[in-house]
Amino acid sequence: MDVRAQLSTVFHLDKCIGCHTCSIACKNLWTSREGTEYMWWNNVETKPGTGYPTLWEDQEKYHGGWELKGKNLKPRVGRRLGILTSMFYNPYLPSMDDYYEPFTYRYDHLFNAAPGDDQPTARPVSMVSGQYMDIEAGPNWDDDMSGSSVYARNDINLNSLSDQEREWLFRIEQMVFFYVPRICNHCLNPGCLGVCPSGAIYKRGEDGIVLISQEKCRGWRFCVSGCPYKKAYYNWKTGKSEKCILCYPRVETGQAPGCFHSCAGRIRYIGVLLYDADRIEEVATAPEADLVAAQRSLILDPKDPAVIAAAKQNGITEEWIAAAQRSPIYRFVKEWELALPLHPEFRTLPMLFYVPPLSPMTASMKDGKYDLAAEFEDCVQASRAPVKYLASLFAAGNEATIRNVLGKLWAIRNYHRAITVGSNGSAPAEEILGKAGCTAEQARQIARLISIPRFEDRFVLPPYRREQAVQEVVEPLKHRGQTGFGLTAPPRRGP
Amino acid sequence: MVDFLVFVILPYLALVVAIGGTIWRYASNQFTFSSVSSQFLEGRKLFWGSVPWHYGIIAILIGHGIGIVFPSAIKAFNGVPVRLYILEGTGLALGLLVLAGLVFFLVRRGTDPRVRAVTSRMDLVLLIVLLLQVVTGVTIAILYRWGSAWFASTAAPYFWSLATLSPDLAYMTTLPLLVKIHAVNAFVLVGLFPFTRLVHMVAIPFAYLWRPYQVVMWQRRTQRQ
Ligand code: SF4
Repeated sequence: MDVRAQLSTVFHLDKCIGCHTCSIACKNLWTSREGTEYMWWNNVETKPGTGYPTLWEDQEKYHGGWELKGKNLKPRVGRRLGILTSMFYNPYLPSMDDYYEPFTYRYDHLFNAAPGDDQPTARPVSMVSGQYMDIEAGPNWDDDMSGSSVYARNDINLNSLSDQEREWLFRIEQMVFFYVPRICNHCLNPGCLGVCPSGAIYKRGEDGIVLISQEKCRGWRFCVSGCPYKKAYYNWKTGKSEKCILCYPRVETGQAPGCFHSCAGRIRYIGVLLYDADRIEEVATAPEADLVAAQRSLILDPKDPAVIAAAKQNGITEEWIAAAQRSPIYRFVKEWELALPLHPEFRTLPMLFYVPPLSPMTASMKDGKYDLAAEFEDCVQASRAPVKYLASLFAAGNEATIRNVLGKLWAIRNYHRAITVGSNGSAPAEEILGKAGCTAEQARQIARLISIPRFEDRFVLPPYRREQAVQEVVEPLKHRGQTGFGLTAPPRRGP
Repeated sequence: MVDFLVFVILPYLALVVAIGGTIWRYASNQFTFSSVSSQFLEGRKLFWGSVPWHYGIIAILIGHGIGIVFPSAIKAFNGVPVRLYILEGTGLALGLLVLAGLVFFLVRRGTDPRVRAVTSRMDLVLLIVLLLQVVTGVTIAILYRWGSAWFASTAAPYFWSLATLSPDLAYMTTLPLLVKIHAVNAFVLVGLFPFTRLVHMVAIPFAYLWRPYQVVMWQRRTQRQ
């Protein structure tokens, strides 16, 4: 057992209101520079939808992540030699048009236009070339477009549905959508890292944050292809790739990352998980349907004395172990089995987990009346967002996994409804809860952590004691002049 | 006198500048080492420039290298006329391939508004110097037949004389002007190396072939797989 710690996260999708506060916080903090205008380290996309960059989930198009070749993992974009020989031209690199060309407006024209017969207008100009342009896409271009034939209908997760189910989904009274906020997953088996020829990307041993060294990056751009989530971005100005850094300067000083801190829906949780690094490869090569369960089994019980002993041996401090024991992530992912990885079939072992959303009941119009479809056995089956669809997103197609989670969430909701406004008949709420595999005590805890968590319940950050760690390597006084990102010259593009 | 300047002083000067400059740039600002690729901004035209250019120029440089290091082997190889024709034909074809790639580069740089936005003055200088180099190279291949043969008895010994620090001008002075331009321009290119995007050549990551896929870095323990 090789115990490592990972700063891990949960997003509770039912609570996301799609306000994009998180994206703006991130943009203001990190990507408001030239070359990064088009980057959204945190973005929120509407599902069903094609996402950002367009159709990012389609690995036939982008060749991201890993695939199983026999018993071994192979980066989809190519093996080492294949990568080295296609460096001159990476055939699977997304282009700026797959994201969007950043633009601004010629506002000055409103004031400086020569007198004329028409009102002056502020025409859009490209932030790359500075030329006038027609805007064809922008950030969140498909926001809330759940019925759209251009966006929603082209969501590749819909491929799991039959034609009839698909039509059902797009009937007007059936319309359903939800938001999926996405940041870097800080994976255990990162796709970006595996294909970086320069070795500029690394996973931090202490907390598992995946970073790109700006000094070592040589702009070969394979991380952009290799990350199946398209969360490594190429800075077209500096010629270096950049990605979400999980606000490490913030977490190292005890603050939650910007997007977490600002999240208006309070959907975000962050905490420590302990896992067994010896089993990464075994888990990443598990059969598709077992991937979620396998990844769960990788996570270790931070209260188990054997785990604690092994963790200490690996240099994980008491404080970190204590944080792991209080981790909301551990509860959501392992104890309650409510949070699932996004697209586990990419085999990168993402460490950002999602509590899938409940959706309104399926209904139909009968004789001009809104009729709650009674033909379904239970709430899960009657969910407007089909189980198959969610399974394609969060369980590599394993519908049972989704059914378990949604069943539990419904049972908890039902239970709390019974407590506050009385039971709605049929079976006693506890019985339904029991069937969903949840005790009354658990249901209360889950409801608490979901609905009224405080700051310190959502963000359980371990103390980093970075200053002590630094002291072992450099003179504290010398270090004072080196704080920040360690760049010795302004980060400008080479001649 | 001019010959002495460009065939004795210039090559040494260029080499010193190239090595010193590259080391200085690497040590002082590694951040500037990058392919500074613009594929992200424009990919279709780049394909037609980048692929022929890179494969072609690598083959040609290797060819020049072999000619310098093993001139006698080349002479022996060329002993049979058919082989000579094949060698020369391949060289010319590669030269044209490289030229085509370069023209695509130039057109793309000049016409695509996004690519223009990331084009530095040095990029243009470099493209022009490279164009001169390739055009003279291809013209030499056409005009002064069987270059692979006379290269072995002129350029090769000249480079050896440079390498052994006993520069012998005699090999170069008698060569046609075009060949001289080709050589001088090559030295200019070498000298320009550290100040252009060419530095990406020293960043080719061969180590990747042996590296494990995953890299974990520890604050205290330096690296653990
Ligand atoms: S800030 Fe929170 S609620 Fe708003 S879009 Fe982002 S994740 Fe959703």
